[in-house]
Amino acid sequence: MVLAVLALARTRNLFAVVVLSGAYSFLMATLLVALDAVDVAMTEAAVGAGVSTVLLLGALHLCKSQEAKPVRGPWLPLLLSLATAALLIYGALGLPDFADPNAPIHQHVVPRYLQNEVDVPNVVTAVLASFRGYDTLGETTVVFTAGAGIIALLRRRKPKGEKEAHDGK
Amino acid sequence: MSSGGLPEHFSYIVTVFLMVAGLFIVIARGNLIKKLVGLSVFQTSVYLLYITPGKLLGGTAPILSPQFTVYSNPLPHVLILTAIVVGVATLALGLALAVRIKEAYGTIEEDEITAADNAVQDVEGVKS
Repeated sequence: MVLAVLALARTRNLFAVVVLSGAYSFLMATLLVALDAVDVAMTEAAVGAGVSTVLLLGALHLCKSQEAKPVRGPWLPLLLSLATAALLIYGALGLPDFADPNAPIHQHVVPRYLQNEVDVPNVVTAVLASFRGYDTLGETTVVFTAGAGIIALLRRRKPKGEKEAHDGK
Repeated sequence: MSSGGLPEHFSYIVTVFLMVAGLFIVIARGNLIKKLVGLSVFQTSVYLLYITPGKLLGGTAPILSPQFTVYSNPLPHVLILTAIVVGVATLALGLALAVRIKEAYGTIEEDEITAADNAVQDVEGVKS
């Protein structure tokens, strides 16, 4: 996965970039299965690797598929990124260890979620639909706004724009 | 509890690497579609940042069943499920903007757009 990202940063052919990002999403989905997040993995494979790739290909069809050579050297962004990385790693060293059962994340509300209060065996579904239903309301608002924005941007153009707006949902 | 060395924090280091790679693509590359891909790499690293602390060794996916007693933490899964859908919505909006810019300027390279803007400003300055 790390290699895929490095190739992403190097490649200048945008078609290759899109295919690589699809492969990256599938690798991410595999990793999520290994981390027990099966629902997230399924969504990532369908949405991240599927819909995103279709959207990117659609945009590529409308734009040029070759990236120009960068005019400035990559050193300033590289330096900035490395500085950010150093800070973040320094911060991450203060976080709980990997798979530590005493970490605060496992102590707060989650034991209650796991008691099956709403009679749905899939806890992720139970939390999503019952305990945190307002999240989904907010999510729907965002998706609706994005869809409205896309229609406003691409209306009175080729029918291709309409197709993209529908894919966004 | 938080005294572990690098091996215990390997997952965080991978996350940070992906995050920084996404950041680098966003800053260093001028092509708007490439920037959006970088942004989505950054976003997936945030998924990883949320999901990895929820994993428990020997735990299973949080689907209740009498055979299992240890489950991984379901709360980050829910949050990230929402984040993925919002992420694809913002990606679609960004791509729509890129397509629109392509129609207006004929290019999606940041430098060429800036150059076109400057040229227009020069012409207007000469006129007034």
